[in-house]
Parts: sequence; C-alpha cells; structure tokens
Amino acid sequence: MCFGDKVAVHNVDLSIQQGEFVVLLGPSGSGKTTLLNILGGFLQPTDGRVLIDGKDVTDVPASKRPTTTVFQDYALFPHMTVAGNVAFGLKMRGVSSSEQKTKIIESLELVGLAHLAERRIHQLSGGQRQRIALARALAVEPSVLLLDEPLGALDLKLRHQMQEELKEIQKRIGTTFIHVTHDQEEAMAIADTIVITNDGAIEDTGKPERIYLQPTSRFAAGFMGESNFLEGTVISCDGSQTMVHTAIGKFLLKEQGTEGDVVTLSIRPEHFSTKSGIRSLGEARILETGFFGTHHQCKAILEESETMLKVRLPQKEVIQSGELIELFIDPEDLTMLRS
Amino acid sequence: MWTVAFFVLPFVIMGVYSLWKRVGNKLITEFSFGNYENFFAKSFLFESLTNSLEVTLLVTVISILLAYPLAYILAEKVPDRWQRIALIMAILPFWTSYLVRSYSWLLVLSEGGVISNFLLEIGLTTEPISMANNRSATVIGFVHFFVMLLTLTIFANLKQLPKNYRKAAQDLGAGPIRTFIYVILPLTLPGIMVGAFLTFVLCIGDYITPAILGGKRELLMPQTIMLQIERRSDFPTASSLALILMTVVSMVYLACARWLKLDRL
Amino acid sequence: MFKFRNLAAFTYAILLYGFIFLPVVVLVLFSFQESRVPIPPFNGPSLKWYHAFLSDGRVVEALYNSIAVALLSSLVSVILGFLAAYSLARHNIRYSGIIQGLLTAPLTVSYLIIAMGLLITFNTLGIPKSLFTIGIGHVVINLPLCFAIIYSQMGAHQANIERAARDLGANEWQVMGLISVPMLWPALFAAFFLSVTFSWDEFIIAFMVSRFDVTLPVEIWSMLRTGLNPKTNAVGSFVFLVSVVFIFLLDFILFRKIKN
Repeated sequence: MCFGDKVAVHNVDLSIQQGEFVVLLGPSGSGKTTLLNILGGFLQPTDGRVLIDGKDVTDVPASKRPTTTVFQDYALFPHMTVAGNVAFGLKMRGVSSSEQKTKIIESLELVGLAHLAERRIHQLSGGQRQRIALARALAVEPSVLLLDEPLGALDLKLRHQMQEELKEIQKRIGTTFIHVTHDQEEAMAIADTIVITNDGAIEDTGKPERIYLQPTSRFAAGFMGESNFLEGTVISCDGSQTMVHTAIGKFLLKEQGTEGDVVTLSIRPEHFSTKSGIRSLGEARILETGFFGTHHQCKAILEESETMLKVRLPQKEVIQSGELIELFIDPEDLTMLRS
Repeated sequence: MWTVAFFVLPFVIMGVYSLWKRVGNKLITEFSFGNYENFFAKSFLFESLTNSLEVTLLVTVISILLAYPLAYILAEKVPDRWQRIALIMAILPFWTSYLVRSYSWLLVLSEGGVISNFLLEIGLTTEPISMANNRSATVIGFVHFFVMLLTLTIFANLKQLPKNYRKAAQDLGAGPIRTFIYVILPLTLPGIMVGAFLTFVLCIGDYITPAILGGKRELLMPQTIMLQIERRSDFPTASSLALILMTVVSMVYLACARWLKLDRL
Repeated sequence: MFKFRNLAAFTYAILLYGFIFLPVVVLVLFSFQESRVPIPPFNGPSLKWYHAFLSDGRVVEALYNSIAVALLSSLVSVILGFLAAYSLARHNIRYSGIIQGLLTAPLTVSYLIIAMGLLITFNTLGIPKSLFTIGIGHVVINLPLCFAIIYSQMGAHQANIERAARDLGANEWQVMGLISVPMLWPALFAAFFLSVTFSWDEFIIAFMVSRFDVTLPVEIWSMLRTGLNPKTNAVGSFVFLVSVVFIFLLDFILFRKIKN
C-alpha cells in the first residue's frame, strides 16, 4: 500500500483466527492505522488481497464488508439520538423496525447503557460515547470488529475499566476484534495475540507472554516494556546451545547460533536480583534510584566493565544511590536477538 | 459610546418620526399610528412588502439549490491544494462593487446586450430582446450575489465536518447516496441556515439591485422607502416603513435562532 | 458510472463559474470598447474610455474622496473596535452581554435603514451633510465587523501572555502597546482591509448623507442614470480591480498568519 511515493505498508502477511482478540501495536506512523483502513475497506491496497471468512473482499466497498469500526473520535452522528445511531447500520441493511428495536436494546444492554437510548450525543460523557460507538458497531453483528485507538481519549482509570469491559464483551459475543493501539500495556492487558508493526511491516506476532519474554527483534523488545541490550559475539555453538561473549561476561543460551555472528542480548530490568542467584555479574554502583510503588527503578553501573544497566529491584529492598551491590541473573532469562 | 450615538439614537428618532405625520410641507408632531394604518390601507405600500418577500424567498431557494452542489463539488471533488484557489475564484466577483455588479448584469441582459445578441446569432430570436427591467432580472442579479455567499457558508460547513462521519456511515452499510441523505445533509443544515438567513436579511433590505435591474413597474420595499425620502421627503412614512421592514427581519432572525437552538437540544 | 458522475460534477461547476463570471467578463471586456455603446459587437480594444474617465475631474475627485473616506473611517473603526474588544475581553464589565449584542447589532440591519436613520438624525441635529458624515456612516457599519474580528482573536492564550507581561512589571498601556497590538496585528490588519473594501464599495449611506462632495459609488450611480456607457464600464472595471487587489492582500496576510 502506498501513499504517493511513500510506502505505508508493505509485505504484510497476517492471518487471524476467528474469535480472536488481536491487537496491532506500534508507534505512530508504523502503518497500523493504514492496515486497519485496508481491512475496513477505506483504502484500496495497491497490491495484495484481503480475505474475510475465506471470501476475497479486496474489491468490496466499506459499506458492503462484514466489518464495522469503532473510530478514534467515535464519529457518532450528532444529529441523531443514541438509539438513532445504533439503529443506523440496521436501517441501512433493511432490518424491519420491530427487529431494529430489539437489536438496539440488545446492543445497548451489552454495553450497559440501555437507559440512555433517547439521549443526544452531546449529552454523553467520553466513556459513554465510547460504549455507544461500540454498541453501534456491534449492532449489525459484523464478522470482524475494527477498533482504531478507541481508548486514546479516555483518562487512565476509565481506560483500564474499558479494557476489561472490551475483553469481557469480546469473550461473550465471540466476534473477532482487531484493535489498534500504541500503548503496550493496553495491548498486553487485552490481547490474545499481539502484532507488532514498525515502519510499515510486521515485526513480530504472538501471544503477549511470548512477545514480552522472548522477543524476536530488538524493536519488539524495546517497544514492549524496557530492556537492556548487550552487544555480543557467538564464540561457539553445539546444536541446541550457544555461547555468547559480551562486555559483562560469557553466557550460555539455549538457542541456536552461528559461530562468529554478532548478536544482541536482551535483559529485562526485573530479571536482575540482589539475592545470590545462578550467575553473579559482580559489583554494581547505584547511580540513581526511584520508588515506583511496585518496585524500585535504578540506574546502575557495573564496576568491572563500566556497563550501564536499568535495574528493577523488589519493593521491600532498601537501596540508596552511591551504594555498591552485587547483581545476579538467571541466564535463562536472557534472549538472543539476531541483528 | 459610538454605537449609542450613531446607531441607537437614529432608531429612537426614527421611531418618533414614524409616529408623526406629514401634511403638505409641515411636520405634525403629534403622536399617532396613522402611518402604520396607512401601510395596511394603501395597497401599493403593502404590495411592496409582499413583492419583497416573494422575491427574497425565491432568491433564497434558488441560491441554495445552485450553491449546494457547487460547495459540495469544491469540498469533495477538487483536490485539496486546488481548493483554495477554486474557492477564491468562485467568490471573486463577490467583492466587486454591488453597484457595478448590477450594472454589469444590465449590460448582459439589456436589449442588444450579450444574451440578446447571442440568441440572435444562434437564431432563436429574430430581433433584439430585453430581459432587463423586470422581476426576473432582479432575481438573477440577486441570485448571482447570493450563490457566492451561500457557496462560502456551505463550503465552510462541509469542510469542518470530521471525515470520520462519512467513513462511519459507509462502514455501517450506507452507500454514497444514503450517506448524503442521512448524514451529510442534516449535518450541513446549519451552514445552509446561516447562509439563508444572511441572504434573507441582505436581500430584503437591498435597494441597488432592484433599482437598477427591476424597472419601474414593480417596487420592492426598499425602493418604496427611498421613494418616500427622495421624491416626497416624507420621513415619517419612510420611518414607519423602515421599522416594519426591521420587524419582519427580526422575526425571521428569532425564528432562525430558535430553530438552531432547538436543533442543539 | 463513477466517471460519469465526476464529469457531471465538473460540467456543473464550469457552468456555475460561467454564470458567476459572465457579468464581470462582460463589464471588463466592453470597457475596452471603441464605439459609444457597450454592447456587441465588440470593436476594441481601446483605452479611450479609461482616458475619458481619468480626465473627468468629477470622477477623479470622487475617487480621491473615496480613498480618503475609506482609509480614515477604517482607521477609526479598527481603533474603536480594538478598544471595545479589549475592554470587553479583558475586564469584567457589567452588562457585557448587552454591550456585545449592541455592538454587533448593526450587522443584521439593512444599510438602507441605517442610512435613513443617520440622515434623519443629522437633519434633526442640524449637522450638514458632507464627507465627514459619510465617514461616520461607514464607521457605523464597519465598527461591528472590526469588533467581531478582533474579539474572536482575543483568546485565553493571549490573556495569559498579557498576564505574564503584567507580572513582569508592564503597566496597562505598555501591555496594550507592546503585547496585545503586536500579537493581534494580523486581525487588526484583516479588519482594516475588510473595512476599506466595504467602505470603498458602499453606496447607499454615502448617497443619502452626502450633498456636493461624493464618493466614487455615488458618482457611478449618477453616471448610470445616463444609460449604458463604456466609460461606466471603465470606472466599474477600475473599482473591481482595486477590490480584487485588496482581497488578495487580505488573503495573503491571513494566509501568512496561518502559516506562522
């Protein structure tokens, strides 16, 4: 898919299971919204196909596709009531008015707002609008529901509440949800599958746990939470195990590699510990520390190799900056990223 | 302040005048509603108001019907970077002197003028015809001006509609035509109403266009007012007519304001 | 189908553009007419009617009058409009709603009625009709416009900057002169140009409250009485050209402001 001479999305090959909650995650400008627009029928791909339920819908206009969208700004029609908005899709599909009525009530009950049916849109709060937009999109029973950063305009508390609700509604009705966001915490909270996009291409696809714990690319590791990256060289490998040499020592990883390859190792900050563990990294000096409620976030420097590390230490630990501590890790927590 | 001195004061004086009476060359400074009674009694005065209302309504309706498609084409079909220049072009004659514009239409419509000549050339008529000096000429002159005005207000309204409304309508299964009827048109009604109101106010109060293009057979309200001042120096009658005209405009204004408010609820 | 629809739209737009431009084109074209009547056939081009109008003392005098009235009345309108907007936007004045309504009310009233009201008032007060009274009339119609434009540009953002200036020790006049006016200058300029354009074109007020010294539109009106004449075309084309130049200047200024 191209805009002018700039390629917005290329070489995207993605198949989504029916009934899955998929989150497209990526920074702004990574092409996730373009991808959503292609799925919704608002953009024609210059190349490639879109199939829904096995049917090729590439040339089907938005109005005839079995998809509906919850827009970022909700795009609720201000000149209609809540019920009028929810009924719109049904009316366009020629559903009889008695059936419309039951469907409106059903959809509004699904989002818990049946009592607001006769309200005007401008009388609703942000959270209510969000739910009405969801009810409107679900009323026509689409095969796939597309959500374009629908929670972006809500405050943090409401956002968390809506995340839970979205997930619950999705499980109840079993419709495939494709949700776009740049918020990695939101993605992990709601997704069955996360698709990480960057620069118009897919970086990684998988379950949230897998993507967080075993990222396959440096971008994915860096975008999903914080990480420490260490450059290293493969010095030996014997089938299932690889020895990597880095500035802070040699590590044996349960992954395959080729001798002489330059690789990057990723260590999550929470994988460090001060209790004696499998592998000592030696003494580290704490440069800065901050208490985050659930943990202490520290910047530390390893005395021997002068490597800067981001470290997360448990809540109850007592640390002060300037202090020297010994750090340990479990080499199993290390992930090898091929450059 | 300024407005009080030169805006409110004239109205007070006008109000007082309208209650006086003029007999011969003298002002009778005696309060009465005689001028207002006259207005309803003398058919030519009352007729000028109905003429004005008819012309204004006709102009408003025709202008909306012509301007809406143009505004829509400009907003939707013209590429973004051409829009600005296309819009400026569409309303360029809007800024010509009112007087000069009416005169130009006289050139176009008069006997032996451009249209008459064109019809002769293609053989539709055999002798020069005049299309000026009647009600249609006035209406054409007005429509020309107000098409530009309405194009502007409707275009502005169309442009400030979030793109997602259209997308949402399509997404829910509406084709282009139903998207327009159910979503775009209702959402641009405010733009139409604002433009229509402006058209109404400016059109009903204008003297120049009917004076130049309308001929002498049928008078509109502003012409009648002017006649009282110029020919007869009858300020009391003129004042009463002006106040009647203002009342009509205010009523339309209140109706519009009420409608807009109702819509918002 | 799609192609056809676009073609129809295109044709419609062209036809309407034709309608919009027809009188202007005819006006300008026949100002270059050679013979004495501005109707077909066209037998120009000739500049003789421009010569005729430039050597007509009355027309040229009316032209100067027009320029003087337009510039001065616009200047007064902008200053008064700014002061009114400034005091309404920055100070809590009682009845500000009513004042605002009063200030903008003349926008909705027909010029003819304003003109008549002014005429009667001047007569009652015994003020002689002159260029000065025309100027007053033009300020009456332009003040609301200037007020509305400037007022709409005085947002909360500006109020904060002014507060910052006061905080740093500027007095009321320094705030106005050093902060508000420079920040608002695009709006002030736009208001000024628009006022000049309206004043330049305005006929009915100028016609009613003037006697011997007249402005250009009033002069054109008396020329119209003599029937169709290429000289009138020439004057009209000239007036059109001036208005267009002003509009482009205005547009240029606003456009630059948006860019910034």
